[in-house]
This record gives sequence, structure tokens and C-alpha cells, in this order.
Amino acid sequence: MSVLELSRWQFGITTVYHFLFVPITIGLGFLVAGFETAWVRTRHERWLRLTKFYGKLFLINFALGVVTGIVQEFQFGMNWSAYSRQVGNIFGAPLAIEALLAFFLESTFLGLWIFGWERLSPRLHAACMWIAATGTLLSAYFILTANAWMQHPVGSVYNPKTGQDELTSFVKVLFNPAQLAGFPHVIAGCFLTAGSLVAGVALWQVLRPGIEEGHALAFRHALKAGAITAIIGAVAVIITGDTQGKLFTTQYQPMKMASAEALYHTAQPAPFSLLTIGSLNGQRAIFQITLPHLLSFLATGNWSAKVQGIDNLQQQYQAQFGPGSYIPMVPVVYWSFRLMIGFGLLAVLIAIVALWVTRRGRTPAHGRRGWWRKVLILGGILLPFLPLLGNSTGWIMTEMGRQPWLVYGQLKTADGVSANSAGEVLASLIVFTLLYGVLAVIEGGLMLKYIKAGLTDEPLPTYGQGGAGGAGGTDPGGGPDADGAAGGPVGAGPDEPMHLVY
Amino acid sequence: MHLSDLWFIAIAVLWAGYFVLEGFDFGVGILLPFLSRGDDMSKRVMINTIGPVWDGNEVWLLTAGGATFAAFPAWYAAMFSAFYLPLLLILIALIIRGVAFEYRGKRDGEPWRRGWDVAIFLGSLVPALLWGVAFGNIVRGIPLNGAEHFTGNFWTFLNPYALLGGVTTLTLFTLHGALFLALKTTGELRKRANATASAVALAVIVAGAGFLAWTGASYRAPASYGGAAAGTRTASVVFAALAAVMLIGAALANRRGREGVAFAANAVGILAAVASLFTALYPRVLPSTTSPALSLTTANAAAAANTLAIMTVVACIFLPLVLAYQAWTYWVFRKRVSAPPAPNVGTPPAPLPPTATSGPRAAPGA
Repeated sequence: MSVLELSRWQFGITTVYHFLFVPITIGLGFLVAGFETAWVRTRHERWLRLTKFYGKLFLINFALGVVTGIVQEFQFGMNWSAYSRQVGNIFGAPLAIEALLAFFLESTFLGLWIFGWERLSPRLHAACMWIAATGTLLSAYFILTANAWMQHPVGSVYNPKTGQDELTSFVKVLFNPAQLAGFPHVIAGCFLTAGSLVAGVALWQVLRPGIEEGHALAFRHALKAGAITAIIGAVAVIITGDTQGKLFTTQYQPMKMASAEALYHTAQPAPFSLLTIGSLNGQRAIFQITLPHLLSFLATGNWSAKVQGIDNLQQQYQAQFGPGSYIPMVPVVYWSFRLMIGFGLLAVLIAIVALWVTRRGRTPAHGRRGWWRKVLILGGILLPFLPLLGNSTGWIMTEMGRQPWLVYGQLKTADGVSANSAGEVLASLIVFTLLYGVLAVIEGGLMLKYIKAGLTDEPLPTYGQGGAGGAGGTDPGGGPDADGAAGGPVGAGPDEPMHLVY
Repeated sequence: MHLSDLWFIAIAVLWAGYFVLEGFDFGVGILLPFLSRGDDMSKRVMINTIGPVWDGNEVWLLTAGGATFAAFPAWYAAMFSAFYLPLLLILIALIIRGVAFEYRGKRDGEPWRRGWDVAIFLGSLVPALLWGVAFGNIVRGIPLNGAEHFTGNFWTFLNPYALLGGVTTLTLFTLHGALFLALKTTGELRKRANATASAVALAVIVAGAGFLAWTGASYRAPASYGGAAAGTRTASVVFAALAAVMLIGAALANRRGREGVAFAANAVGILAAVASLFTALYPRVLPSTTSPALSLTTANAAAAANTLAIMTVVACIFLPLVLAYQAWTYWVFRKRVSAPPAPNVGTPPAPLPPTATSGPRAAPGA
């Protein structure tokens, strides 16, 4: 394989892998923060137990998100140095700002959250998780700004003298319409993902034979919170996905959408493809089942509008950009698009069923031992994985669909790669793939261990005085409410030595 | 002063901050097998001294990388692609190290913990060594052709000067970690850290003095660059002298048991050493050993003025904020870390709800 192909495989593998952890971090951070706020407000111990339980899953997941994120920042320079040299003016700024505004917030306040149970006031401790979660959201905004610029470059102009893209308007880059459509889509996907994880685990726990009454009750609350989050997330994903689809079909990247539909010839009105079997090289369709008019409507909002086809666009682009193929790998784009939608819909379907079977305090599959119980357990196990697959296929669709461009209409992927030797890149590709594989097994094992362990009964946190000198409420120990009460020895005053956490 | 000069300084500050902060994390990781003497509780105490802060410290690296990308795209592109294999090794080290801190205590079992101990040790040792080798090569220059492509290979980096740089950062960060542990632990561990610091300090002073003297003698920017570069040539020597004074001061303070002073002096020593390297480099950012004319400089590698202006505004607003809340974290966790009292099982029973069972506070998985 060439350096180009090896570098693409490496970027694809490391990025898809990184983005398994990112959506969980973003969505689950807010859910855990919500659980902790519920604990601080109501003093019902179940919320604390849920905070600790899902907090552990959050941290196991976060660790891998962080370390694989370092690779992301480095490999633009390592593998795509021609690209980095040309676009650093625009692309580098959001990356630097992301580190300064978001990474510091996330890492510092999570450190406070993990180690601060004995040293911060309850409210301040919960605030740390809210701040860390906000950090993840900011981080997503800036990195997606950078991606949106690659999808639809705005606010910049190419300077042939320096060979660099230069900024004309940073505001345009920050508020790129592609970003304004794409960011909510991704974030909604994150909440669908985290909500599904919370609900799936909770459903599985609730269905466990012999689960303690109190724990089952706590997990029912988690199930409700998770399923509702997932459903709201899914509705937002659909709405924002539709907006994005229209924007890209009619304006930004008609080729991507034509490929996603395997629409080879411009059609008016255009049918929606239910199933297309294409030739092996993906250059023409052999067999199609279609729904008339539907694509016209989805793509433009008009039932009989014209939608451009792959072959016609290819001709246009050749006239515009010179000879060469401007067609992405159609089968990849077509199928990843369908899989994305399918995984997302299946996830929300399971979330709805989970909510339904536990409505008004019902015990799901109560008194039943047969197939329905098994289906529900299977649903609980599947649920957390479906949105992850949806996220991955969604990114594969949008990134592969942009090919052959790295920066759409401006820089081809083939022209962005570093001048490294194929041997170097092959070495790093093998090392990353093996290392990531091993870490995935270890991470999965730990997640399972803590999911199976269920809620813990460790002593209640003792809390401190808000880090003395820190701002914020100084509600010591248990507060007035008797339900939780200040457990354990009196809270660690500022002069107590630190406890071991790790 | 040009904005590009300001960003050269900013990047130097970010690297210096990274080395001062993650330097002691690396040191703690390197000392883990030695100072713990195989005792798991001591290992846990050591890891917990850096537990709340190591991740935030590492973000200084990401910020330095991002700032280089935005402010000097050509520098970022040439440097990161040239140092491909060393960076790959550093990335692997940082990955296994970061995961190790979080996962080590998440499962019981001797093989599990021992595996992660190795990850923490190697994950700290490798970057501590390689950052010095990398900076030695940056200051010395690497073979860059007219297309700003690296024309050497992995062995190019392994020259005596850069290797001495590696030994310098390795010993320096080990010392920094020992001084930090002396400041943050109690009892036997604190004594061992203090004694180790005294021993390592000698190695640091020898290696560091050699490395900085070699830099001053052979690798400062040629006087022909003129302008501000004339001043930075002198400044480099002054910073090197300051670094030496601070290191010796840190060693002396450590002998007298003045742990806070020793750690602070060593931190200033690291800052001064990084300043000495960057002032030696200026106005170049990545010298070419192929031909001085092909060197990347603050002028020819910089981003356009408007990008630099935006970045300046953002940095002026947010860097002080970051410093404030990171300082606050260190304040919250300012106390020494010590092992829980020995017969921990009999923790006084707390007024807990009936379902809860009282257990050791540091329960596995906590």
C-alpha cells in the first residue's frame, strides 16, 4: 500500500476508535452531573449511588478518550503535513483554542471531581462535573468547527504566494452554516449514545434475577432518565440530520448525497432508494428498489424537485476542477448512510420499549420467564452498542463521501499527505491498531466488571469545606435533610491528609 | 515586536509549563518501582500525589502542539512529520501511562497491578528521555530540504548532543519528581524521596551543565541573524547560568530539608533551562543542517497576522483563567498524601442507612 492509503487507514481507524469514547463522555458527563445534582437537592441516596455507578463507567471510558485524543492532534502534523502547512492558519486556531478553553477545563475539573469527594462542598463537587461536561461540549464545538471548514470551507482565501489558506473572517469559520447544522447533529447523537448506555445498563440490571429492591428502584430511575435522554436525542438527530442533508444536497456537496442514494443520473422527480445493488466497482447500479418522489422531498422539501446524479456531477466537476474522478466510493457511502439511520432508529425503538415496559412502576416481563424476558435482556445488552455503530457509520459516510477532497473543492486528500516513508506509516498503523485492540479488550472487561457489580454500598462521602479559599456553597456534610445524613467520620477538614483514591 | 515573536515566546512558555508540571509527574512515574520498594501502599501513595493533576498537566503539551499548528503551520508540519518515529514512541508511552493511572486500581490482583506499574514506569521514562532528545535535535537542527521535508532517518536523531539532552531531561524530571514526592508524602517515603533527590541532583548538575554549555558553545543561532537575535544569544547564556544556580540551590535546599524551596528552585531551574534553549534557537524555529538558508524561522514559518491576532486575544483572556483554576486545584490538594492508618478495617462505624455495609475507605475500585 502507498503512504497515502496507509495514512488514510490509520486516520480512519484512530478517529473512529477515538469517537467511540467521545460521545459517551459528552452525554454521560451531563447525565452523571444531573444525577449528582439530584443527590445534592433531594438527598435520596439512590442518586448518589447512581452518580458513583455511572461515574465509574464515565471515567473508564474517559481515560481512553483522552489518550486517543492526543494521537488525533499529533497526526495532522505527523501524517498530513502538507495539509497542515496549507491550512494551519484556519484549522490550527480552533485546535489551539480547543486545548486552551476545553481540555484544561475537562481535565482539571475531572481531577477535582475524582479526588474532591472529601475536600469540596457537595454543591461545588457537583459543579465540577457540570463544568467538566461543559468542557467536553466546548471541545466538540471547536473540533467540529475545524471539520466543518473541511466540509465547506468559508471565511478563508487561498494565497498562492505563501501556498497557504488564510483567514478572511474567523467569525464565518466559527459560525459556518455547515457547522451550525453539523454540531447539533453530533451532539444530539452524543445524548442518544449516553442515554442508550444508561438505559440499556439499567434495563439489564432491573431484569436481573434477585436484584435488591432498593437497587432495582434506583435503576428504574436511571432507565427513565436514560431512555428519555435517548429519545429526545434521537428526535434531535433526525431533525438536524434532515437539515444537514438538505444543505449538503442542494448546496455544499451534492456528490456526497447522490452517492448516499446511489443516484447515478440526475432525476426530476428523484426516487428514494430502498435497496441498490451496484456493480462491484460502484460505478453503476444493477438492481434498485425505489420509492418515487421521496428523495426529491427529503433533499429539497419539494416533491418534484430535481436532484443531481453522480454521472452528471462528475462531468460538471471535470469541467470545473480538471480531469480526474470526483466520485467517492459509492457502496461505502450508500451503505454507511443506511446503517447509520438503521442503528439510530433501532436504538430509539428499544429505548421506547424499555420506557413502556417500566411505565408507572411496572416490573418488566413480570412473572414471565419466556421469550419476552429474553428479548428485553437482549435489548438492554444491544442498546448501548447501537448508537456507537450509528456514530461510526455516520462519520464514515460524511468523511468518505467528501473524497477525493480533503478540503472540499480546494485540496485533494492525495495532496495533503506527509512525505514519510511507507515503512514508517505501516509501523505506526500496526502499532496503533494492536495497541487500540488490546485497550478495547481491557476497557470492555472493566466496563463489564463494573456494570455487573451494580450499585455499591461504600460509605457516603464526607465532603469538605469547599476547598477553603474556593468560592461556592459551604454546605457541610449531609445538610439539613435526614435522608442521607453525613456519613462516615466528620468531613475532612482542610488540615487532614489526603485520602487515597487510585 | 512582531506577533510572530510573541507567539514564539508563547510556545516557549507552554513548553516550559509542560516540563515544569508534567516533569514531576514523569519523575514520580520513573521513581515508582524504586521508592516504593515493592510495597503496594507506597505505590498508591505515590500515584495519588499526582492523581488529581497529571491530566491537566498534560494539556500543556496539547496546547503547545495546537499553538504551534495555528501560529507556525510550517514549523508544526515539518517538525511533527520529521519526528515521526520519536513522536510515535512518545504517543504510545503517554497512552499506556494515562490509561494505567485510571485502570490500575480498578481491579484486584497482583499481575494486573504489576502490569500497569510497568506501564507507568515506561510511560514516564520514555517521554522524559525522548523530549530531551527531541529538543536537542530541534536546537541542533535536522536535515531539511527546500520543500521543508526531513531527509534523515531515525538514526539522525541519535547524535551525542541530543542524547545528552535526553539524559538531562530524564535526570532532571526524575529529580523534579523526587523533590515533589518529598514535598507531598510523609514518613519513610518522604525520607527516601529526599535521599534520592540528593543523589539524582548530582547527575542532573553534571548532565545539565554539559548540555547547556554545549548548546551555548555550538548551537546558538549565528550572530549573522542580527537584530533581536544578538540579544537572545546573550540571554541564552544568562538563562543557562540561572538554571545552573537554581539547580544547585534546589540540591542544597533539599539537603537542608527545605522541601518547598527545593521544589520551587528546581521548577525555576527548568523554566530557565527551557528559556535558554528557546533563546538559543531564536529567530529560527527549526534549523536545517542541510543549509542555514533552508532553516525555518519565526518569519518564514509564521501564520498570517490576522490568525496570530485572534490567537493573541484568545490567549490573553483564557490563559490567566486557566492558570487561576489550575492553581486553585493545587491549593485544594495541597496536603501531603499518606497511607491510611494501618488497622484500617475497624473504621469507626458511621451512621449509615441499614443497607450499607461499612468497609475500608479505600475499598478496591474506589
